[in-house]
Amino acid sequence: MSKLDSKIPEGPIKDKWTNHKNNIKLVNPANKRLIDVIVVGTGLAGGSAAATLAELGYNVKAFCYQDSPRRAHSIAAQGGINAAKNYQGDGDSTYRLFYDTVKGGDYRSREANVYRLAEVSANIIDQCVAQGVPFARDYGGLLDNRSFGGVQVSRTFYAKGQTGQQLLLGCYSAMSRQIGKGKIQMYNRHEMMEIVIVDGKARGIIARNLVTGEIERHSAHAVVIASGGYGNVFFLSTNAMGSNVSAGWKIHKKGAYFANPCFTQIHPTCIPQHGDQQSKLTLMSESLRNDGRIWVPAKKEDAEAIRAGKLKPTDIAEEDRDYYLERRYPSFGNLVPRDVASRAAKERSDAGFGVGTNETGEAVYLDFSSAIMRYGKEDANVHGHPDASEEEIRARGEKVVESKYGNLFQMYEKITADNPYKTPMKIYPAVHYTMGGVWVDYNLMTTIDGCYCIGEANFSDHGANRLGASALMQGLADGYFVLPYTIGDYLAGDIRTGEIPTDTAEFDEAEKSVKERIEFFINNKGKHSVDHFHKRFGKVMWNKVGMARNKEGLKEAIEEIKAIREEFWKEVTVPGSADGINQELEKAGRVADFLELGELFARDALERNESCGGHFREEYQTEEGEAVRDDKNYTYVSAWEYKGEPSEAVLHKEDLKYENIELKTRSYK
Amino acid sequence: MSASEGLNLTLKVWRQNGSKEKGKMETYQVSDISPDSSFLEMMDILNEQLIEEGKEPVAFDHDCREGICGMCSMYINGEAHGPGEQITTCQLHMREFKDGDTIHIEPWRAKAFPVIKDLVVDRGAFDRIMAAGGFVSVNTSGNTQDANAIPVDKHDADKAFDAATCIGCGACVATCKNASAMLFVSAKVSQFALLPQGQVEAKERAVNMVNKMDEEGFGNCTNTGACEVECPKGISLENIARMNREYLKGSFG
Repeated sequence: MSKLDSKIPEGPIKDKWTNHKNNIKLVNPANKRLIDVIVVGTGLAGGSAAATLAELGYNVKAFCYQDSPRRAHSIAAQGGINAAKNYQGDGDSTYRLFYDTVKGGDYRSREANVYRLAEVSANIIDQCVAQGVPFARDYGGLLDNRSFGGVQVSRTFYAKGQTGQQLLLGCYSAMSRQIGKGKIQMYNRHEMMEIVIVDGKARGIIARNLVTGEIERHSAHAVVIASGGYGNVFFLSTNAMGSNVSAGWKIHKKGAYFANPCFTQIHPTCIPQHGDQQSKLTLMSESLRNDGRIWVPAKKEDAEAIRAGKLKPTDIAEEDRDYYLERRYPSFGNLVPRDVASRAAKERSDAGFGVGTNETGEAVYLDFSSAIMRYGKEDANVHGHPDASEEEIRARGEKVVESKYGNLFQMYEKITADNPYKTPMKIYPAVHYTMGGVWVDYNLMTTIDGCYCIGEANFSDHGANRLGASALMQGLADGYFVLPYTIGDYLAGDIRTGEIPTDTAEFDEAEKSVKERIEFFINNKGKHSVDHFHKRFGKVMWNKVGMARNKEGLKEAIEEIKAIREEFWKEVTVPGSADGINQELEKAGRVADFLELGELFARDALERNESCGGHFREEYQTEEGEAVRDDKNYTYVSAWEYKGEPSEAVLHKEDLKYENIELKTRSYK
Repeated sequence: MSASEGLNLTLKVWRQNGSKEKGKMETYQVSDISPDSSFLEMMDILNEQLIEEGKEPVAFDHDCREGICGMCSMYINGEAHGPGEQITTCQLHMREFKDGDTIHIEPWRAKAFPVIKDLVVDRGAFDRIMAAGGFVSVNTSGNTQDANAIPVDKHDADKAFDAATCIGCGACVATCKNASAMLFVSAKVSQFALLPQGQVEAKERAVNMVNKMDEEGFGNCTNTGACEVECPKGISLENIARMNREYLKGSFG
């Protein structure tokens, strides 16, 4: 019998969560004080979980590698957070959010989880407003909304282009309150190095104090992993430099199945790479697609002249521009989902119409000139100047656009030295988010008892493609409204256990393995830095396991990754010592885990003989280049069990059942 | 980018092994840096070079590299986050420098921010100030009133947002001759004081946060305004005035 029991409650989908909450065990307040919970990661999922668990009365120990919980990478999310509030009266409902998310995920997510997500989404907005999160408001003082890709309603709440920041600071405030009370013990600049399992249950972690280098033992009755996504497996991504898979990978190696590793989101609107010295890519929010129009020159010779620096985008006449998303997908236009928009950009660039001036020519335009004129005209009318000159309309329009997207435009200008009010932005897809992650059941528990996984780190809600503004929703849903209930059902069995001792054989052994690995890195004295390997490996991932994949390429990638991994263990060098800050040592541990994950990732992509969402296999496409799913054979979650080398991992399948939504070809035409 | 446009630079970097040891400036050369590179990419190149030479790389804090996490913290040529307005160190690009320039790179310097190593400092004091009152005391319940139940004047909501954009990087402290944290603290006090949800506890919040700030060893404000100039998010001095009003109300009210 496989361990893959999704534990989806019985009953109609709209009653499942309510019934489940009514039937699971509770822990009374006096007993909660006797129970410790470890939370690894302090982003939206980890931060909200830590705060809520502490409010409920549990003793929480929270860990983050940054110098403060406020710096987790959720902070960089820009555009917004979805919620089925229907404040705009445009036909939104829990069912529609559920439907859009399942369809957007290309029918590869679990219905019951997604429905629950849509159901609690409205509570998130109420909670955040109560915490003092300053969402955008209209002149009547009510909350404003905007639209995101893959939907036809306005359900996205936002705070300029800094929604993630404001939501995370809300979590951080809630955490700070509990830290002040002593209910959360906060371990900043600490990295989880290993999980400790006692009698089959997660009972603690080994952590490294990144300042002193000390290896520490921490025990608890349950361990929650909220360590985010693994996009940095590609070296270049929009993730923070420190974002890593290690916490998820450590638990995978100790028994947690890893699901759908190949489901990665390539975000269509990022600033193109400038050259080989680049260490990090920057996202431009999807919200820009509300008003920006995406195009490339319709004539190849114009594209060539632009790449050669002989023509400027503003020289191209309107009729010589190809607004290819509006052309191919008239009903969704520039607001098609991310996977579709990314592939379309790649298709145009590969066909020779790209406008990038770097070596690759990879870039398309995101143009605000029509939006500027449209808003300018409206603003002039509102202020009683129907006869305003074109110049005045433009100036007014620029002001309106600035009020909506000012910080994003400023960010673009700082990086590229181009003024996007005057000339279109250049954008190109980049790795952004990972839908895959640690397999969890309906209670968000992994296949290790007492070990939970929430937020981007798990696989549960987005299927093969995540819709914009849904990551913030999921992180906060998991942390504020799901885990705090479901974890009680498990912890109810621990009210008499007492504190978990750390002077046991299990902790000894886990600590020993951590110390041995650190000593290895310090003493190896090889020829190359960690980044040297990470860059080479990232290129293999991007070229062969990136936006488009095929059988041959994936097979080659698996061999190449294996070879780089072997060389890494022989030739990596880590200067300095282990007894203090050593950022190279931190990177070495993380890249070692990425090198294992990368191979499993490619295997997963090779095994899935279909195209769905962010997973595009070149062999499976229509003549027009649209993804072709194989529902008969692949309507399942791939959950991999660790067995030593990645090549020996065993595949388990969780069949996905669609009882409320009919499986259909996804169309945005 | 052709090689001929690459920059050759002399870097004078603060090296210090732990808070108890004395630090000093070390000189390094880097060459052929693309003007399109970010400042931290240039630091990555320096570190790769040091590793190749068998030396220890320079420790520095950084994470998101898009100006929002607040982790990066370098004092470059005598300015917090270097030249340029409203940017963090990670948003600074090498096109701001000329071939042959000498660049001085130091950590934040303030009594309340002890150096941990090289350019890395301990900003834990900011977290402790937040724990003293930087929140609205509301538990997660799932039964809070509807988000639109209390309309908020757009003007107030926008001002609260502007204050709330503080990234907690500490540039205000580093640049202040008194190493004062008033801009940081006032941004949080203002965000909540401007919103109906935060007004309930506004008085105690201001008093508790200000008292904690003093206890942590930050200096006082003498209205120089350097903090506002160097703040990567353009947090306004107006917030300090608002905090002072809230503090007075809390002290006497």
